[in-house]
Amino acid sequence: MATLELRGIKKRFGEFYAVDGVDLMIAEGEFLAILGPSGCGKTTLMRMIAGLEPPTVGEVLIGGVPVTHLPPRARNVSMVFQSYALYPHMSVAENIAFPLKARGMPKAERETKVQWVVGLMGIEALVKRKPGRLSGGEKQKVALARSLVRDPSLFIFDEPLSSLDAQVRAMARGELRQLHDRTGVTTVYVTHDQLEALGMGDRIAIMNRGRVCQLGTPRELYDDPADTFVASFLGSPPMNMIEYDEHILGFRPEYLLPCGTADVPEGSIIFKVRISQIEFLGSEWLIYGVLEDDKNETKLLAKVQPAVAGELRAGKQHDFMIDRSRLRYFGKQSGLRMPGPV
Amino acid sequence: MHAGVADRDGLLGMLMLAPAVIYIFILVAVPFFLAIALSVSDATVGDPHIHHFVGLRNFIRVMHESAFGLGLRNSIIITFASLLLILILATAESELLVHNFRGKKLVQIFLILPWAMPVSLAAIDWLWFLDSEFSPVDWLLRSVHLLGPGTLLGPANHLYYFGREWLGLASIITIYVWRLLPFATLIVLAGRTSIPRDIFEQAEIDGSGFFRTLFRITLPALMPILVVASMFTALLVFGDMTVVALSTRGGPGYTTQVLPYWAYLKGIDGGALSEGAAIALFLFPVLLAGSILALRFAYRAESR
Repeated sequence: MATLELRGIKKRFGEFYAVDGVDLMIAEGEFLAILGPSGCGKTTLMRMIAGLEPPTVGEVLIGGVPVTHLPPRARNVSMVFQSYALYPHMSVAENIAFPLKARGMPKAERETKVQWVVGLMGIEALVKRKPGRLSGGEKQKVALARSLVRDPSLFIFDEPLSSLDAQVRAMARGELRQLHDRTGVTTVYVTHDQLEALGMGDRIAIMNRGRVCQLGTPRELYDDPADTFVASFLGSPPMNMIEYDEHILGFRPEYLLPCGTADVPEGSIIFKVRISQIEFLGSEWLIYGVLEDDKNETKLLAKVQPAVAGELRAGKQHDFMIDRSRLRYFGKQSGLRMPGPV
Repeated sequence: MHAGVADRDGLLGMLMLAPAVIYIFILVAVPFFLAIALSVSDATVGDPHIHHFVGLRNFIRVMHESAFGLGLRNSIIITFASLLLILILATAESELLVHNFRGKKLVQIFLILPWAMPVSLAAIDWLWFLDSEFSPVDWLLRSVHLLGPGTLLGPANHLYYFGREWLGLASIITIYVWRLLPFATLIVLAGRTSIPRDIFEQAEIDGSGFFRTLFRITLPALMPILVVASMFTALLVFGDMTVVALSTRGGPGYTTQVLPYWAYLKGIDGGALSEGAAIALFLFPVLLAGSILALRFAYRAESR
């Protein structure tokens, strides 16, 4: 267990900066999710933390010790790849024992360790199998066991759930987080899936174009996005954005409510919206609409409960209200968050 | 609209396969069965008609000649030694070429050159390189005082590579390795690049050093392709006669003779067509068994 510190990390490929100046400080035992679209540099950043790639500029410190020029094995980091990268010709037990063998641990000690981690992951029944005969979820457990077995100071995950079925994935999310809480190993979790980042991360670093746009707890990022990129990337469906004078007004679709079912609270803003489409999603409805009397024909989206959606019809015009405290202001040019209207 | 040839899978399949089947029938099956017929007959080059079948007489006769034992021994030694060296070197070369480095293109060109070189040019090269009088290898050894009167390899001033039993065999093996290494490297490299890179990075993170990764990760993963490369290489060496024909000509005596060249000398040059066929057929069961075993192994490793 250790802290992880990144200082001014840059990585250049030719003329292109895949990572363009990242500073991060991750506390001992913290679970940090690095979230971003493909090509944002999160994978490159992760490879530099692991030691698979040297940074062009900058420093990596693990537990306060500079490891920038050390190979992976000298960093005591362990990593779970997206593909799980199990050694195909070795049994599950041999796979798990491999990192221990590589560091010359005596056989008796090795077997104790393997038994411990196999028990922890609940994969006793699989130890004699080859990876080719495991399901996706089982492979993931074996890969986790292999990375856990040697008491790493740092855990790195590269989208470890993306090759699982949707149903297994939700469960795996919970299990992974529990595992982290039990072992307390500092964890860097790279993903493009916001549900994973929001659900598991103590903090999230959102990356775009090689930089960290915002670092904070899931709630901070969701409620107070630092710029329009974070606002539109996080949340499903994303934040509504309306250009207004020199600002962009942003608000979450779940706060946009149809008028007429409840009193309009003090300080609300009313929008006239022409409803273009309604999507029924079971526990909620998605209302797609266009802002009336707006030269940009801004599209709006509301996420409403079935109880208040009754009167809404596609093609009709309807009033929607938004509580003023739910509004977030961004600069029109910069896209950066502003405290309020200028 | 009516169904054309392209829509009739059965007919289309037969049409597409036909050229290959005809080719194999004319150029492989016919000569093969002809060879079997010849080996149990009394045909000669002077009189190539089969008048009488003589059973296994030709086989028994050639087996009693001293050249047969030596030829079989040398065929086996040359094949196994070349194969072993080629496998080791091809694995090493593919390990080198799978990484990017400065001047890789140039190295690739040099490594492929022996395969691309015309046989006649290669033969001239090697004949000169290992010449009894003018060999530059001898000159080099002399200049570092390893060869010549009163030295380790002396007292003669020349090693006479093609004129001695074991040096001759070593020379032949060297030429085979030189010639077939590019081909084997290409096969092994194809297998090496198809191993996912993740596995190697995982091994790096797991703390595995170069040799551990090579022996515990790379080689087991390469095994199926190494078997295929071995099979091709072994068949090319075991059935070949050109290198021996161009270098030692099987001499001195029969000490560096191999079965295919002896079959040629006896059957075509010596005129004993039926005995030549018998010698050539000795190789067949060995080659067949080897191929079947290798293919079996490759399939099993692949489907695991």
